[in-house]
Amino acid sequence: MPTLIPPINALDHIIGAPDATIEVVEYGDFQCPYCREAFFVVKQLQERFADKLRFVFRNFPLSEAHEFAMDAALAAEAAAKQNRFWEMHDAIYNRQPELNEAFLLRLAADFDLDLRKFADDMESPALLSRVEADFESGVRSGVNGTPTFYLDGKRYNGDYRVLSSFLDS
Amino acid sequence: MLQKGDTAPDFTLSATPEKMVHLKDLRGKNVILAFYPADWSPVCSDQMALYNEMLHYFDKYNAILLGISVDGAWCHAAFASARQIHFDLLSDFEPKGAVAKLYGVYEEKRGLSQRALFVIDANGIIQWSYLSPVNENPGADGILAALENLKTN
Repeated sequence: MPTLIPPINALDHIIGAPDATIEVVEYGDFQCPYCREAFFVVKQLQERFADKLRFVFRNFPLSEAHEFAMDAALAAEAAAKQNRFWEMHDAIYNRQPELNEAFLLRLAADFDLDLRKFADDMESPALLSRVEADFESGVRSGVNGTPTFYLDGKRYNGDYRVLSSFLDS
Repeated sequence: MLQKGDTAPDFTLSATPEKMVHLKDLRGKNVILAFYPADWSPVCSDQMALYNEMLHYFDKYNAILLGISVDGAWCHAAFASARQIHFDLLSDFEPKGAVAKLYGVYEEKRGLSQRALFVIDANGIIQWSYLSPVNENPGADGILAALENLKTN
């Protein structure tokens, strides 16, 4: 069974209580329609398991298949530089059908980000390397499509739509 | 199925209606052979889409990726264009499956190649091989690990 490499660490975008008993990691692509579906599934999990669940998102942009996947990943990382990763993550999935370059800039403006810094960060090689490092870690962890989930460090091979009932058992 | 330590059998196959690929010409580079059953089928498409994203990672390991199935060159051309595939898809078409047979991954009953991966080093020796369940996308973790090993050895 493929395992998460590297394990959850300080570089990750983590939401939820540090002492949570369930750890869910997703490798996702912001333009992937299945990831959007999974986004709503994760929202339900977060409501349902509340403090018991910790969620981590790692980038896995399929940029050959999805024109704006890389830009969206960079936008989320650029927002993270201003402590707004999850707002950007949620907004992109919520409004995925509107996704394009101008939309990402509008979101940054909506969040009152420093727009010059946001634009600079989106162009920065360091941010690109970060997204690529996520992608490469995904490949090493056995990601073979998006979304791919890891529960407590082990790849979940089932249907993400039934994650909730799987976590019950 | 050929295993680690075996010499990779040489072949010449068409990549497009105009372009032939000769394995021996790739000496000096690591070569990843990805045999797969068919263009267009859902699992293959995911697998090839993933590899398509990985070409510059493979490049870091001085490795070239070649897809191989029994589909004809025109079918590959249509598939590659529809999915924007940027690596060569070879046609093991006539005689059908001859190269898959050489590597021991031809499935007679269905007349298709199995889903199998080989990593061949710069001297033409197989350093890693993997047979995947036919309905399972094998991902690329095994390929990367094999390439990593080549680098450190």
